[in-house]
Amino acid sequence: MANLKNVTKKTKAQEMGMHSEVLTGRTQQKFFNPDEAENFYYFGTYDVDFNKRTDLDVKDMTAAEANKKIDGLMSEGYGTIVIKNPQGKHSLGVGILNKLNLIFEGSLGYFGIGSCDGPVVRINGRVGWSCAENLMAGKVVIEKNAGSCFGAAIRGGDLICKGSVGARTGIDMKGGTIIIGGDAGAFTGFMMQRGRIIILGDVGINLGDSMYDGTIFIGGEIGSYGSDAVPSELTKSDQDWLKRKLKVAEIGANFDVSKMTKVVAGKKLWNYDNLEPTEKKGAI
Amino acid sequence: MCGIAGLIHRNKSSNVGSELQGMLQALKHRGEDSTGYALYGDTDGKNFIARIKIGENVGEGSSSVAEDVSVYDERKKVVDDCIKELGAKIVKEERTLPYSLRYEIEYDKKDLLEFSQKIESIPGVEILSMGKSLEVIKDLGNAKMVCERYNLDKLVGTHAIGHARMATESGVDIKSAHPFWGYPFSDVSVVHNGQLTNYWNNRRVLENKGMRFMSECDSELIAVYLAEKMRSGATLEEGMKESLSGLDGVFTYFVATKNSLGMAKDTMAAKPLVLYESDDLVAMGSEEIAIRSVLPQEIDTYDPFDGEVKVWQI
Repeated sequence: MANLKNVTKKTKAQEMGMHSEVLTGRTQQKFFNPDEAENFYYFGTYDVDFNKRTDLDVKDMTAAEANKKIDGLMSEGYGTIVIKNPQGKHSLGVGILNKLNLIFEGSLGYFGIGSCDGPVVRINGRVGWSCAENLMAGKVVIEKNAGSCFGAAIRGGDLICKGSVGARTGIDMKGGTIIIGGDAGAFTGFMMQRGRIIILGDVGINLGDSMYDGTIFIGGEIGSYGSDAVPSELTKSDQDWLKRKLKVAEIGANFDVSKMTKVVAGKKLWNYDNLEPTEKKGAI
Repeated sequence: MCGIAGLIHRNKSSNVGSELQGMLQALKHRGEDSTGYALYGDTDGKNFIARIKIGENVGEGSSSVAEDVSVYDERKKVVDDCIKELGAKIVKEERTLPYSLRYEIEYDKKDLLEFSQKIESIPGVEILSMGKSLEVIKDLGNAKMVCERYNLDKLVGTHAIGHARMATESGVDIKSAHPFWGYPFSDVSVVHNGQLTNYWNNRRVLENKGMRFMSECDSELIAVYLAEKMRSGATLEEGMKESLSGLDGVFTYFVATKNSLGMAKDTMAAKPLVLYESDDLVAMGSEEIAIRSVLPQEIDTYDPFDGEVKVWQI
């Protein structure tokens, strides 16, 4: 631990131009060299065959038993797994780090599809709070409604809810896209840092409160804007992207994207400490 | 944490005691310090049903001080005498546990304030509920334990609300357990999930208006707040809508009367609620698994939005 302050070695991130400031201390960043691919092993992943399909009835299983069973099926190469009778159980389908077709015939409770990286998931029912939290990649489609904190802290992938969602959708999201066919509750996009949210219906109060970056598109009424969230011009390229995204998401086929409201960060809060006192008052 | 659940059958009665037990037991991971039921049973509507507590459960985990059972007997005698003095008549009595009384009482006055004040002036005595249909049963332990202890699984009625409690703001005892009776209004009960931050300010104001608090549990404020609004002439729904700005903090709460069941959610939507609604049944709970215990088939449910108030009639 000694002499940490004296360590000024240029990191790989600096060499790549990702940031210029010289940081002290040790970096925890890991960089992948494609030439050494065969030496790397992504723990907990499996090569699966999408044509190898099976059903799994989880009615009498705990969440841990069900998730362990899914893991076991993937290790046997099953690439399409249909889950029967989830019955609102919490934490189902979590920690899947490889490609997989996962279909839930029913509804999930809290923290469904959490911390996943790669699977394509379809849920024929609804989901509870914090669905697909920390999603890295893949696609999750919910046919009915979703609870609060939908897509909290996602970093990538597409998260689609064809019904309505609760409060704080996309809270702290750092990438990816969230698409909602119905309405969304209060504090949508709260503290989002990157990524895009599309809401075809109405949205509640404090939209985009304290957002650092990212973009929110709203099709209906806005309850109110949150701190530092501001409307912005909807460009032609925005509209083209929205049309493409909605088509891929199989949602809002005849929706008129030209009438949507685009909301972005005013960027007065994220560097709040650098503002003059009078500017701080205006930023809040 | 804490979990709440409620259901109302429209156009029919059902085994609400057993149904609510299933819903609350499904939520026991949210707290099992105590569990409470507010059951609206089928009655002929002639007599009042009073659930009276004359002592605390001092079993394992309780924060109450142990008392000799003989103290309960003395209290019961004073309560019985007091009821007589009030011109009321005990038609039927049950004493399921040493500290728990269930009385059916003939009482011809509509205003229960005098009755309640007189009974509760006896040290160590609390009316848990009073009404023509409502019975509040609450005790330490999870839903199954309380249900078995009080034989609630056979109770038939139209609607019910309940609470699985993880004690955070006050002690592990029956007086701090939910539901709370909307004292002194007949058949009004409340359960709450959340935390109220302007409890003491509101309590001071309400106590100055003559309202009574029996515990230091912040959730009791909701029952007292609504009771005061109704005493001032507001309807239940009006009182609930006012509570969205009058109560500060995070909350989802249910309130029930003889003929209705309502829910309110704070403007931050910080506390969970899942709702199922059909022509025959409304069922709601902190988590979907509570609803699944009465409706295992695939159903459409949703989360009410922030600042939403809803009331259903039987």
